[in-house]
Amino acid sequence: MDSLFNTYLLPFIIIAAKSIFLVTALLINIAFLLLADRKIWAAVQMRRGPNVVGAFGLLQSFADLLKFVLKEVIIPTNSDKFVFLLAPFVTTVFAISAWAVIPFDSGVVLADINIGVLYILAISSLGVYGVIMGGWASNSKYPFLGALRSAAQMVSYEVSIGFVIITVILLSGSLNLSEIVNAQDGNFGFLNWYFIPLFPMFVVFFISALAETNRPPFDLPEAESELVAGFMVEYSSAPYLMFMLGEYVSIVLMCSFATILFLGGWLAPFPFLDFIPGFIWFALKVCFMFFLFAMVKAIVPRYRYDQLMRLGWKVFLPLSLFMVVATATYVVFV
Amino acid sequence: MINNPKKDNTFTINFGPQHPAAHGVLRLVLELDGEIVDRVDPHIGLLHRGTEKLIEYKTYTQAIPYFDRLDYVAPMNQEHAFSLAVESLLGIEVPRRGQVIRVLYSEIGRLLSHILNITTQAMDVGALTPPLWGFEEREKLMCFYERASGSRMHAAYFRPGGVHQDLPDDLINDIEDFIYTHPAVIDDIESLLTENRIFKQRNVDIGLISPEDAQLWGFSGVMLRGAGLAWDLRRSQPYEIYSELEFDIPIGKNSDCYDRYLLRVEEMKQSLKIMKQCIKILRNEPGPVSSSNNKLFPPKRAEMKESMEALIHHFKLYTEGYHVPEGEVYRAVEAPKGEFGVYLIADGSNKPYRCKIRAPGFAHLQAMDYMCKGHMLADVSAILGSLDIVFGEVDR
Repeated sequence: MDSLFNTYLLPFIIIAAKSIFLVTALLINIAFLLLADRKIWAAVQMRRGPNVVGAFGLLQSFADLLKFVLKEVIIPTNSDKFVFLLAPFVTTVFAISAWAVIPFDSGVVLADINIGVLYILAISSLGVYGVIMGGWASNSKYPFLGALRSAAQMVSYEVSIGFVIITVILLSGSLNLSEIVNAQDGNFGFLNWYFIPLFPMFVVFFISALAETNRPPFDLPEAESELVAGFMVEYSSAPYLMFMLGEYVSIVLMCSFATILFLGGWLAPFPFLDFIPGFIWFALKVCFMFFLFAMVKAIVPRYRYDQLMRLGWKVFLPLSLFMVVATATYVVFV
Repeated sequence: MINNPKKDNTFTINFGPQHPAAHGVLRLVLELDGEIVDRVDPHIGLLHRGTEKLIEYKTYTQAIPYFDRLDYVAPMNQEHAFSLAVESLLGIEVPRRGQVIRVLYSEIGRLLSHILNITTQAMDVGALTPPLWGFEEREKLMCFYERASGSRMHAAYFRPGGVHQDLPDDLINDIEDFIYTHPAVIDDIESLLTENRIFKQRNVDIGLISPEDAQLWGFSGVMLRGAGLAWDLRRSQPYEIYSELEFDIPIGKNSDCYDRYLLRVEEMKQSLKIMKQCIKILRNEPGPVSSSNNKLFPPKRAEMKESMEALIHHFKLYTEGYHVPEGEVYRAVEAPKGEFGVYLIADGSNKPYRCKIRAPGFAHLQAMDYMCKGHMLADVSAILGSLDIVFGEVDR
């Protein structure tokens, strides 16, 4: 009995506690990042943004949460009710579960698995199912078009994200995210990070991440001026909240992923700043990436569907393929 | 899914009236083949208020506010056409200062309309920031409306015979300040759009129309000039003081959405140039702003306290109105959206017998099918944005 407790139950409780802590911390951070997103957007547009709930609107996201949860869930009569309600869960659960392998600091990671990169790639690819299911189950025209678009879009950009990641793996020699960060450690601080040798790939990754998370200029699945709200047209209340939450969780995930792959994860930019804890550097870099995401949203128009596909298949794919070959050549021969 | 029985592979959707890019209450029935548009069927009338019929039951003065409610983005330009029509039936002249004020406010209207249009055109292709930058400027312009007429939108300021009141001096100074600060804002908005690759990709070669077809569809204004025809009523049939003002008429080359955007930006700069000249005239030439014929134009308040006759005039004008001699007339102005015309038939009474309104947006909207065919769904909103549709005037 005692051994059963020690071998199975105790590790399970520890892992569960860690997971709950991670998810809670993540969601609280998302609440403030969401506010930051709106504030940045507002600042660009010369508005003040949310500023009523709490000091500087700090509690706005929590007020929104309350509002969404308390509203009535409207399920369209013609929809497939089970899939309709399942879709937002799929999106959110996949978005959150990818966080299991993200290292926040040296050794601070829920599951330090050796195929972390593949795991993230797999989980974030599954995210598209939430969108397709939502669009299909609504049994309505705009969501249907939105779902079709997003299926094509997310799949296309995943291909180039995949190649970008291969270049990083070639340099670091590991699929383990912590190893990738450690591979960027060196005597020259930020000059060792991969965004310098792989700068074009960093840009491709950033843009593909925008497309992957349906952010402008690639927000076609929910394009307001064409499809009203795309696959989310029929959603309201808590299911809508789940979609939004899933979307922001995967945006922040992409920010962390970019941080780990290109910006040296928890490493300090200058060696003499090593005394500052790693997770603070990590958080700062994620916030920087998030700021870029928010700024892009504020200033760009939206691509048309065919232009987006052209960009993905005819520009990014050849470019990233070429960089894979170039990096491989460098690794093998130099 | 409703399928077209004739063609099984098309799919019909309702674009509007509750659509964020439908510019008010437009309903387009789109037949899509995938994302490609097969047919566009505009349905109008959701904002029909029977303006033309209502005007037949109102005195000439009471008809003016209806014109504010047509193209509510640039209200005074509509009043202008009606005032010109009534004036030519009555055969009266507007004093010079009145004409200058009319031109000044027509150009403010043009700015109001073009700011709204270029920024919402940007919004239709997904750029959400320009509208907020532009609206800040519109706000200032609407304050100018308010300070001249007492109302931010529904001004009723241009009356047959002149304008309602003279402008205060500090208003003229403030308008001048605006003329000097506004170009910086235009430049800011341009920096987000004009050279933006995505904005260009979304607009260049979209919504093409040949000069011949543009004429056949009854286009006017920017839509026609975009197709390369130099037709501007301010130049071709000058009214008020336009003949003595210096300004350029920009014309387009490719007749696509991007050209129309560029033209509107350029026209805004030309409007500022016209406003500058008007302000110079207003500073140097004081005088009456409205007809001194008190059978047509109400007397001054102060006069009414002294003169019995003035009081009678005032009473008659605001109850019975004035009688307009029998006849018919068509007068048009170059409104921001194109040729805005009023066709009036007077039967000698105090009410128009018939008032037909020619709204430019109506003619532009009917070409939606022609311009959108073969484009993608996303282009429909881009083209719609470049047409500069306001439903007040289309539905009347």
